[in-house]
Amino acid sequence: MDKTISSPNRKLKISSGPVGQSSSVGSRIFDIFNYVFLTLVAVTTILPFVYIIGASFATEYEIATRPMFFIPQNVSTAAYEFIFSSNKILRGFTNSIFITVCGTAINLFCTVTMAYALSKTRLRGRNFFLNMVIISMFFSGGMIPGYIVIANILNLSNTYWSVLLPGAISAYNMMIVKNFFQSIPQELEESASMDGCTDIGVLLKIVLPLSLPVLATFGLFYAVGHWNAYFGAMIYMKSAKEKWPLQVLLRELIILSNGSAGDMNNMDPEFIQPPEQSVKMAVIVVSTVPIMLVYPFLQKYFVKGVMVGALKG
Amino acid sequence: MTTKAAERKAVRGTGREYWQRLGNNLKRDKWLYLLLVPGVIYFIVFKYLPMFGIVIAFENYVPYSGVLGSEWVGLKWFQSFFGYPDWITYLTNTLILSLMNLLFFFPAPIILALLLNEMRCLRYKKTLQTMLYVPHFISIVIVVSITFVMFGSSGIVYKLTAQLLGHPIKYMSSPDTFRWMIIGQTIWKETGWGTIIFLAALTNVDTQLYEAAMVDGAGRFRRLWHITLPAIRSTIVLMLILRMGSMLDTGYDHLILMANSMNRKVSQTLDVFVYQQGIQQGRFSYASAIGLMKSVVSVTLVLISNKIAHLMGEQGLY
Repeated sequence: MDKTISSPNRKLKISSGPVGQSSSVGSRIFDIFNYVFLTLVAVTTILPFVYIIGASFATEYEIATRPMFFIPQNVSTAAYEFIFSSNKILRGFTNSIFITVCGTAINLFCTVTMAYALSKTRLRGRNFFLNMVIISMFFSGGMIPGYIVIANILNLSNTYWSVLLPGAISAYNMMIVKNFFQSIPQELEESASMDGCTDIGVLLKIVLPLSLPVLATFGLFYAVGHWNAYFGAMIYMKSAKEKWPLQVLLRELIILSNGSAGDMNNMDPEFIQPPEQSVKMAVIVVSTVPIMLVYPFLQKYFVKGVMVGALKG
Repeated sequence: MTTKAAERKAVRGTGREYWQRLGNNLKRDKWLYLLLVPGVIYFIVFKYLPMFGIVIAFENYVPYSGVLGSEWVGLKWFQSFFGYPDWITYLTNTLILSLMNLLFFFPAPIILALLLNEMRCLRYKKTLQTMLYVPHFISIVIVVSITFVMFGSSGIVYKLTAQLLGHPIKYMSSPDTFRWMIIGQTIWKETGWGTIIFLAALTNVDTQLYEAAMVDGAGRFRRLWHITLPAIRSTIVLMLILRMGSMLDTGYDHLILMANSMNRKVSQTLDVFVYQQGIQQGRFSYASAIGLMKSVVSVTLVLISNKIAHLMGEQGLY
C-alpha cells in the first residue's frame, strides 16, 4: 500500500515499488508489464458482459455472420420485445422480485429481533442462545437432511415459503448486527425505558432509527443472495413452474436447451425449440441489470464486510 | 459437597431465592424473549433438526414412516456405496477437480493481489478493482449461461476456434474440456474478489520496513520476497487450511449446471452424486450416508492441516 510521508522539503512516496530516480531499468519494465497485464485482466473480466449487451441488441443474422463485435451495425430491440411479450419470462421476473422483496423483509425481521435480544448482556440464557448460533456456523446437517425437513416434514414443497424461510437468518450477519447494537450507547436506551418504553418500544423508537445504514447494508446482502439463488427454487418448487424465479427459468432456457436430448425431457414445450441467441443474451442482460444497479453500493459495503471478517478472523 | 458447589449456592442463594430471581428476570425481559422467538425457532427447525436428521444415514428412511419410525439398518448404505465399483470414479473426479482448483485457482488471487499492490497510481488501481469485483456478484446461473452463449455451438468462441483450428472444440459437451471450463469459470468469477483478503493483509505491513530495506539497498523483488510475501504468509496458510477442509467439496450448484449426459464420466463428483441420488432419485438414506462420510473426512482434513500449520509455526485456524 502506498503512503505519502511529508518531510520538510520533499514528499517521499513509499511503496514496495521503485522510488523516484533510483528505479532501475528492470523495475521500469516490470511496471509497464504490470500495468498492461492488469489492464488486460480487468478488461477480460468485463468483456463478456460488454459482448452480451451488444449482441442482445443485434439481429440474429448479424450474430450468426459477424465473427466478433461489441456494437451492432443494425440496432434491434426485437429480443427485448420478445422477452417482454413472453408471459413466462415476465412471470419469472415478477417472481424474482417478489421472492427478493419478501425474503429480504423476512431476513431483516428475524435478524434484527434476534440480534437485539442477544445484544442485551443482562438476558438470562444469552450464552446458551449465542452458542446455539455459533455451533450452527460450524456444523450442518448437509443437503439431504435439510431437504427432508423442508420438503417432507414441513411440507413446504411448491410454495414460496420453501425459498423464503430456509435462509431466514445468516448467523454471520446476525452476529455483526448484534455487535453493532451492543455498540449503541446504553444511556440512550435507558432514558427511553425510564419514560416507560418496553424493550420493543426502545428497539423501534431508538435503536432502529440509529441503525438504518447497517440495516440497508445487510438488506442489500440478503437481497443479492435472493436474487441470485436458484438451487432452492429448483429443488423445492420443481412442479410449480408458475412460481419459478428468473434464475431457474434461465437455467431451462439457456443451459438445458443446449444439452443433449436426455436432459431436455423435462423441458417446457414452449421452449423445446431453443430460443434465439439474441433472446438468450437479452434474458441474461435483464437478469443482471438489478445487480448492476446496486453494484456501486455493493462494492463499497461488501469490501468493508470482508475486511471486518478478515481482521476479526 | 465440594466448596465450588457451596460457593455457587452462596452466589445464587437458596433454591427458592434462585427460582424467584429467575422468575423476576424472565418477567423483566419478557419482551426480549418474545423477540428471540422467531430466531430460535429458525435455528431449531432449519439448523438443528437437519443435524439430528443425519441419523437417516443409518436407517432405511421412508417419508411415510418418518425419521423416528423408519427401520434401522446400521451401516448398510456405507457398505453398499463401497460395494459399488463406481465409487472410485466419483472420488477421483472429486479429487482431480479439487487439485486443479488448488493448483490453478488458489494462487490466482494471491498473484493478482501482489501485482495490484505494486501499482502506484491509486486511482487507476481502484478503477481496475471495480472491474475485477463485478463477476463475484453475478449469479452462477448467469455465469454458466454466459459460457453457454459464448462457448456453445452457436457461440462466438466456438466459431472463432473452429475458424482458427479448422475443426471445432466442443467446449460445453466434451468430457475433455469439462474440468477446464469449471476452473476457468471459477477463476473468472472469484479471482478478483479473492484478492480482497490479501490486500487487506497487505495494508497492515509497516512501511518503515520498506524504507529500511531500501536504505539497505534491497531491490524491488527482494523487498517483495522478504517483506510483502511474509506479510501475507499467515493469510495464505489460513486460506490453505480452509481449502483443505473442502477438498471433497466440489460444490453442487455450479457443477450440476455444467453436467450433462455427455460429460457424465468426469462431471460426477461426490457432491453431484449426493444430489442425484438424494434429491433426483429420492434415495435419501443412501445420499445422507455419502454426505456424512464426506463431512467426517472434511473435518479430519481441517484438523490435520491445522496441526501442520501449528508445526510450521503459524497460528492456523484456531
